[in-house]
Amino acid sequence: MKLKATAAALICALAAPVAHADLVIPWLGYRTGPFSPGGIPTGDGFHDYMTLLNERDGGIGGVRVQVIDCETAYNTQKGVECYESTKGQGSLVYQPLSTGITYQLIPKGTAEGIPILSSGYGRTAAANGRYFPWVFNFPAHYWDGASIAIKHILDLNGGDIAGKKVTLVHLNAAYGREPIPTLEELAKIHGFEVDFVPIDFASSQEQKSQWLDIRRKKPDYILMWGWGIMNAVAVQEAANIRFPLENFIGIWWSGSENDVLPAGERAHGYKALALHRPGTDAPIFDDLQKHVFDKGLASGTGEHSGTVLYNRGAYGAMLTAEAIKTAQEIHGVADITPAMMRDGLENLVITEEKMAANGFPNFGPPFAVSCENHGGDGKAWIQQWDAHAKEWKLVSDLIQSDKELINRLVLEDAEKYAAENNIEPREC
Amino acid sequence: MIEQLLYAIEVSLNGLMTGILYSLVALGFVLIFKASGVFNYAQGIMVLFAALTLVGLQSGQVPFAHLINAIFGTHIYNFGWNLPAVAAIALSAVVMVVLAMAVEKFILKFLINQEPVILFMATIGLAYFLEGFGELMWGGEIKAIDLPLPVGISDTVERVTYDHFGYGFFIDRLDVAAACVAAVLVLSLVLFFQYSKIGRALRAVADDHQAALSVGISLRYIWVVIWSIAGIVGLAAGIMWGAKSGVQFSLSLIALKALPVLMLGGFTSIPGAILGGIIIGVGEKLFDFFMNPVIGGATENWFAYVLALVFLVFRPQGLFGEKIIERV
Repeated sequence: MKLKATAAALICALAAPVAHADLVIPWLGYRTGPFSPGGIPTGDGFHDYMTLLNERDGGIGGVRVQVIDCETAYNTQKGVECYESTKGQGSLVYQPLSTGITYQLIPKGTAEGIPILSSGYGRTAAANGRYFPWVFNFPAHYWDGASIAIKHILDLNGGDIAGKKVTLVHLNAAYGREPIPTLEELAKIHGFEVDFVPIDFASSQEQKSQWLDIRRKKPDYILMWGWGIMNAVAVQEAANIRFPLENFIGIWWSGSENDVLPAGERAHGYKALALHRPGTDAPIFDDLQKHVFDKGLASGTGEHSGTVLYNRGAYGAMLTAEAIKTAQEIHGVADITPAMMRDGLENLVITEEKMAANGFPNFGPPFAVSCENHGGDGKAWIQQWDAHAKEWKLVSDLIQSDKELINRLVLEDAEKYAAENNIEPREC
Repeated sequence: MIEQLLYAIEVSLNGLMTGILYSLVALGFVLIFKASGVFNYAQGIMVLFAALTLVGLQSGQVPFAHLINAIFGTHIYNFGWNLPAVAAIALSAVVMVVLAMAVEKFILKFLINQEPVILFMATIGLAYFLEGFGELMWGGEIKAIDLPLPVGISDTVERVTYDHFGYGFFIDRLDVAAACVAAVLVLSLVLFFQYSKIGRALRAVADDHQAALSVGISLRYIWVVIWSIAGIVGLAAGIMWGAKSGVQFSLSLIALKALPVLMLGGFTSIPGAILGGIIIGVGEKLFDFFMNPVIGGATENWFAYVLALVFLVFRPQGLFGEKIIERV
């Protein structure tokens, strides 16, 4: 009898609708599998910042934040399963942490009214809010990244790179191929030669063919769109062929400590784009220490604090929290819905004052999202690895991408997507 | 034209070195297959586990630190020592022997005389266990191998080839070191198998479990020996591959490259593993070199398997594998 009663209670509990007392944020991360060295610190940063908000401020607008972890192992199929299994729990916004998963979730989130936030990754054309009302990729996207890298090269060459050779080493996947159309367009405009070297993930541990090819072709600059082990091997191979590493520039996903530490001193000088500052100088880290690490509430051990990917997670959490606050202000309720969250994301304005108030002074670029612009202002720094000090250092001011060109390319791609999927753009 | 020829020679030489590195991984598979007829699915994870253990022991990392700290509320991560390379390698080899004993005690001894597919399934389970166990023990972060290994382009080769051909060849000194390690390992293993008492017992077990048992050979002891050797070979492979990319989970995926090597060389032949590795290494590099301008690169992922499949059609047992004829 007792057993039956317990079973009945359990069934009732499982069948009952979930009471949305918290702000539910699913985290589709990866702590296992070949990409876990990237997924662990990013997830730790995101979780720790949300824990901080709960511990220090009692949540956001008085409502606690509940981060639901779902392990994807960076696998698209598992990512979709995570979406399906968590969407009924009051999930406000999905952050897939993978371009492949983002591609799959765009139609789902759009159809079911749950926003997708893919900061610095995902489908670039989603920056156009008229065609992708439920998808956001601020503060900058891949095509901004390509343009910023070329602008940096232009700066190094007095504005003239005609005749220079630029090679893109990229993961042979949707993510890696993203910057190709932009680079081809930029090559026409600035008169440089561009060459593409794809690397399959399964072969990314052995890249000798590709680097022998690069050694023969002698490019002036190399750009990299890699992830996981591919980055570390590429930096090592570039050093092996004595390519000047100050002319080797990775996207922000190819610019973490994981990518340079295995090569030791030989990685000195390698550059990457930076969406935010590295290091623990910002006041937020004091708060994290006091309210999270010292209380033993850290998602990991706190040892990743200040690394590039930890900071990416914490910065992304801050942007998410600001979007929640914006939604709460717009609608005048603290317990928001996914549709309200979308409004918050679309009206998000990140100013220097807001970042400073959150403990992130001058940490990322100020930007504003709008109905038409879901991609932010498209700015990033260049950071360079100092192998002696074992730290990344910003070596440029914020660089603005070529927005006129990028917006045109984004519009063309968004129109193509709309035509293929029979989508009518909304008015903004 | 001459330039293209020189490039092709350079590519072949690098393919040769890479092939030997593939062979290092394939060797572990061959050893266990020879002694037990089992395709050890966990060999790739053993490579990773061995390398993680080496780095962890050398840098004084406390095993299971996260677990210990979570349970007891402590904050211990490091013993504070930095072991010399030789001591760290020796201790890691001991850990691999202990692992072999554990595998025999908890898995293999229950599966004597079972179908090979049962043993294969057990190694799949072992792979998943070791994957999680390794991460729990040493953490999932990327770790750099701190051994005095030569790395980077060989200036001598570059200078000499430049003086002779007007084009300096690229040869990675790490690859040369790996080739030397592989040569020493293969020579030692061949001598061990051919001339030692245990080696002969190993071959007897490989031929027939029951017959070997009937003449007094301890199958369980032989399995511990062979899994230990495979673990130590995995350690060598882990060091060489880990020096290229850092020690991280992806290291285990290099096993994918060992499969076509085994199909080509045969699952039971040590020289076959070496030759298979070289054919795959040189073949994939040359194919990429010639076909890259036509089909745009990224061919290495599939070329090795296509080559192995072609071999399978004409010589199913591989180059040096044993032709098995069974009466039904």
